Amino acid sequence: MPFSYDANILREIILDHYQNPRNYKQIDSDDFIKIHMDHSDNCTDDIYVYLKVENNVIKECYWYGHACAISTASSSIMTELVVNKTVEEATKIMDEFNKMMKNEEFDESILDEAVCFVNTYRQPSRVGCATISWRGLKEAFEHLKHEGDCDCGK
Amino acid sequence: MEILDAKKIREDFPIYKNTSLMDGHPLAYLDNAATTFKPYKVIDAIRYYYENETSNAHRGDYRLSANVDYKYELARKKVAKFINAKDIEVCFTSGTSMSLNMIAYGLADLLNEGDEILITEAEHASNVLPWFNIAKRHNFVIKYVPLTKDGRLTVENFKKSITKKTKVVSLAHVTNVLGYTVDVKTLAKIAHENGAYFVCDGAQSVPHIKTDVKDLDIDFLAFSGHKMLGPTGIGVLYGKYELLTKINPLLSGGGMTSRFDTCGDITYSMVPYKFEAGTQNIAGAIGLGEACEYLQEIGLDKIYQHEMNLRNYAISKLEKLDNVILYNKDADHGIITFNIKNINSQDIATYMSSKGVCVRSGQHCAKILLDFLQTESTLRCSFYLYNTYEDVDQLVECCINGGDFLDAFFL
Ligand SMILES: Cc1ncc(COP(=O)(O)O)c(C=O)c1O
Repeated sequence: MPFSYDANILREIILDHYQNPRNYKQIDSDDFIKIHMDHSDNCTDDIYVYLKVENNVIKECYWYGHACAISTASSSIMTELVVNKTVEEATKIMDEFNKMMKNEEFDESILDEAVCFVNTYRQPSRVGCATISWRGLKEAFEHLKHEGDCDCGK
Repeated sequence: MEILDAKKIREDFPIYKNTSLMDGHPLAYLDNAATTFKPYKVIDAIRYYYENETSNAHRGDYRLSANVDYKYELARKKVAKFINAKDIEVCFTSGTSMSLNMIAYGLADLLNEGDEILITEAEHASNVLPWFNIAKRHNFVIKYVPLTKDGRLTVENFKKSITKKTKVVSLAHVTNVLGYTVDVKTLAKIAHENGAYFVCDGAQSVPHIKTDVKDLDIDFLAFSGHKMLGPTGIGVLYGKYELLTKINPLLSGGGMTSRFDTCGDITYSMVPYKFEAGTQNIAGAIGLGEACEYLQEIGLDKIYQHEMNLRNYAISKLEKLDNVILYNKDADHGIITFNIKNINSQDIATYMSSKGVCVRSGQHCAKILLDFLQTESTLRCSFYLYNTYEDVDQLVECCINGGDFLDAFFL
């Protein structure tokens, strides 16, 4: 871990979000894009990411479901980070987060509390946990891009 | 005096020499229900085939190939002896999943619309999905034997569930989530009295308890080499000879037809070759034959007793911990299913990994966990002949300190 990070503080951030997850609720509204990140054989995480985008700005972002401590904390932090950001701004944060996951140089100034996952790359099995809600966000953006491409399902 | 000298047995397994540590701690491999380590005897035999006698089986007229024919068939004999079958009743496959698919698709031709297939909610996906698929195609009906509230299958419930419409019963001899042993001999008898075929998923049983297909009187048995010290990619489909001649092979190709013409008329080869289309996993079969021999030399009874000793020792320790929830305290198999209170199983599994302990976290089989265990996921520890009391101590220590699971994240 780079010496500028104090492990105890990072640990506290994870614990805090794990024990009191933010923006954690189930949403049943057509105003939201809803992405289901289902469990796989290797991972029992089963979460939803909900996103309300107006004029290219993320107005509200929630998540809900069953997840391990790392996924829980990461999802909680993700929802706080992207709210009131434009899609491009949120994408930039996501890119920096993903660089951190790969142990590449990243811009810590925009990651805020998400730097608590700076160590994750050392435990490859946990990268999936730390990124699950971010992958959900990415998928939501894909939906946005293709909105209006077809009228199927409407 | 211990029933098995596990420390001595470890000398037969190169992994204990080459990977003695994981994350700086002694390797405590407790995920044997997933797959197992390989002894030199198995590895050397595979290596010998590749280094000294590579050639195809059932193909050449030259000495090298004839020799491989001999070795491949010798492996079949060893496997047949291991389960007390006739050689011709042993078909090599890629593993349990493939064997079960072959059985399901094969039996589908012998069933009629509306016939019932009886399974339980404790079955592995490999013993559920093939039946779902044939049921959907041919309008068969899947029925479940209700389990007791702790997830067991009883003879009484089985008797209540089987009907004159039941044509296939397919059950795991030992279930992979809770490690309960099913009374296969009695159930097979009841199935036959009702005119149903009895299929046995032996993936978790054949490696650990003596399986005698004649005594159990089962119609089909599926198991995997890699869970019994053999290589991956090899497994077995056992079937009673008359049944194997009756069912059609799922796969077709070279080596399994004796004759075919351009009109599409095919005459299949004899059993078991009609189920072995294409070039087979020859090295795998040879390795599996060696694994069977190795297990028999040590003795399955001893191996089972050793696993039960480890299990009882582990249970006696885990029981004392307030933060541990045990789901199958009274199972009669070396599988322990548990959780640490209020901590996600994957968080614990990662923590244990940082202490050298390998256990499986996950759902294993969602339905039964949700309905019977009231949990999203569990940890599973499973023993084999090379496990020691020290392995258990390492596991217990991790459970005691489970609350520190975030430590693993800040190493
Ligand atoms: C009860 C049971 N059946 C079937 C299987 C599938 O075995 P394989 O993956 O070797 O095909 C397993 C493996 O975990 C199992 O435990």
